[in-house]
Amino acid sequence: MSEKKVLLLGDEAIAQAAIDAGISGMYAYPGTPSTEILEYVQHSKEAAEKKIHRDWSANEKTAVEAALGMSYAGKRSMTCMKHVGLNVAADPFINSGITGVNGGFILTVADDPSMHSSQNEQDSRFLGKFALVPMLEPANQQEAYDMVFHGFWLSEKYKTTVMLRITTRLAHSRSGVMTKEKLPQKELKLSDDKRQFVLLPGLARKRYARLLQIQPQFKEEAEKSPFNRYIDGPDKSLGIITCGIAYNYLMENFKESGCPFPVVKIGQYPFPKLMIEKLVKECGEILLLEEGMPFVEEFLRGILDRDVKVKGRMSGHIPAAGELNPNLVRIALGLGDFTGKPVPEVVVPRPPILCQGCPHIDTYQALNEAVKNVYGDGHVFSDIGCYTLGALPPFESINSCVDMGASITMAKGAADAGFFPSIAVIGDSTFTHSGMTGLLDAVIENTNIVVLIMDNSTTAMTGGQNSHAYGRLVDICTGLGVAKEHVRVIDPIKKNHEEFVKLIKEELAYNGVSVIIPTRECIQTLLRKTKAKKV
Amino acid sequence: MKSDIILAGVGGQGILTIATIIGYAAVESDLYLKQAEVHGMSQRGGDVQSHLRISDKPIFSDLVPAGGADLIVSLEPMEALRYLPFLSPQGWIIANTVPFINMAKYPDIEKVVAEIKKQPKQIAFDADALAKESGNAQGTNMVIAGAASIFIDIPYEKMETAIKVIFGRKGEEIVRKNLVALKAGRDYAQKIAG
Repeated sequence: MSEKKVLLLGDEAIAQAAIDAGISGMYAYPGTPSTEILEYVQHSKEAAEKKIHRDWSANEKTAVEAALGMSYAGKRSMTCMKHVGLNVAADPFINSGITGVNGGFILTVADDPSMHSSQNEQDSRFLGKFALVPMLEPANQQEAYDMVFHGFWLSEKYKTTVMLRITTRLAHSRSGVMTKEKLPQKELKLSDDKRQFVLLPGLARKRYARLLQIQPQFKEEAEKSPFNRYIDGPDKSLGIITCGIAYNYLMENFKESGCPFPVVKIGQYPFPKLMIEKLVKECGEILLLEEGMPFVEEFLRGILDRDVKVKGRMSGHIPAAGELNPNLVRIALGLGDFTGKPVPEVVVPRPPILCQGCPHIDTYQALNEAVKNVYGDGHVFSDIGCYTLGALPPFESINSCVDMGASITMAKGAADAGFFPSIAVIGDSTFTHSGMTGLLDAVIENTNIVVLIMDNSTTAMTGGQNSHAYGRLVDICTGLGVAKEHVRVIDPIKKNHEEFVKLIKEELAYNGVSVIIPTRECIQTLLRKTKAKKV
Repeated sequence: MKSDIILAGVGGQGILTIATIIGYAAVESDLYLKQAEVHGMSQRGGDVQSHLRISDKPIFSDLVPAGGADLIVSLEPMEALRYLPFLSPQGWIIANTVPFINMAKYPDIEKVVAEIKKQPKQIAFDADALAKESGNAQGTNMVIAGAASIFIDIPYEKMETAIKVIFGRKGEEIVRKNLVALKAGRDYAQKIAG
């Protein structure tokens, strides 16, 4: 009736589905390739009319907890993050498996195989398995949309957290999606069990026992899920298991003629054991196509790895690292390599760079003069954001990038070891995400470090989302106990270069915690605002 | 009908605008579409590409298979060459010859252009100049889209409609200028490809 076809990114399909499925709130911290999910809800007039919560959270952990709180109150909620964000949120996520939920709750996680915009390519399915919750993995934009409805149904039927896992290519690819009839939001209603969310050991044991007890039902659901299919084929010399988007890369190589081999197409976990059993029984050999790490493959092989003949990432038929594509699948099928001409030698890499007019450029120029030129290389710990590009020429200013917030704490550890000078550079949004607690550690011990919080008033790398730090950095730092006279703000512009260098040197001379806050708006958000004003 | 297109350029050059225009025209023509884009770190001045797939039959992969692209459409010469492994033996390259130099060691531009000209099916030209000549100095991506249009089996009017819809918000003058640039690119390509 109200069904219609719209052109949506995978991320947007999930967002529209969440709105249509009657969520009352979405919680997230920006991170490629997941950012566009909440952004879509923020730009949706419908979401505004329905008063759906859609502000950014300080980090992925606070996002999951808030979403769980909304579920506690009886309403449907979703939280979204990139794969490494789930590490930050692992604590509430894993424990939400044990508490279970009240209103439907879906955790959407976007993995980034090939590390297009990430520091690793971990596969979130391992964490979903760890939490013992059902997982959904769409093959295309339509399934991504449909799975949100299915996921909320599953979540409420079993009072369980559900994980929805996508990868970069689905997140950022557009296709036509048929939408469904919209569902209303839920009413406020608490769980009948007032102790459901109290994980005191004695109560937690009971909740955990319940989680273990419903595992067989999760498996049954997987066997009859509309997203798990056994597709028969005449040629039993090979059986193929595809997970999520890998199905498309398989079918791309056969198209209308169809795949001659039997296929188990997996879109819902735990694994559909009976389907896989049938495939193994009927086929001499199994080819495993997974976007990510060899998750199903490792389980299928088992410790002894001798009962089933398996081709996959672990056997080298598919490369061990990196995302799949149609050609890699073609080669694994033995159909030959269709790759065209090689890239000519004249072509050189073009790595990303800081934008012209970026405030970080001025900061790195000052930092290099005050630190690198005086003490040599290796003194600057950095963090996750645009400023990580300071590791590359022409700056080569920074020496670490590990995880959100690690700049301050690694600088502290090095200083504890007697290293001097020990300097941290961190962005404003990264600081409020995970840097504040580390700074408190340093304040408590009065560790001899200098922290530069590069305040560009936005979460720049992911496209300029609002930063929780905006206008609050000085108060936060002094509130955490950094001495007022050692919290110094400067405008990083060319004219102030000498003053900036002098300021860094002064704070290096102070034996204790110093915070320098170079403050100038991101050139991209500034240009966008100026443009918008003109129109 | 099927058109598998690799759109290439440097972050910020505007390849997504081309993707949006062709994509809109395809959907208006009742064709299937899949379009994969690059978001995130590479958008900061790195190499970016978009896989645009159009077909009258359902499309499986979001990515154009290696060796399967009917077209490489590039706003920058070196970026056109980066995706040669994707080009099918029958495929065409449409490329701007004006380099985007945001790196210390950009290769000799003459060698880069010569490498493109060596390819059997290519239209490589100064799209910046043609855009300026048409009266729309900012219209390089429209010129390139226009040149590509002769190889895409979608009615040209649908591309024009796309521009009217997509730029409508910015006023009639912008729409008119973009339509002129699109036509200039198309006429040029028709002259070369015959």
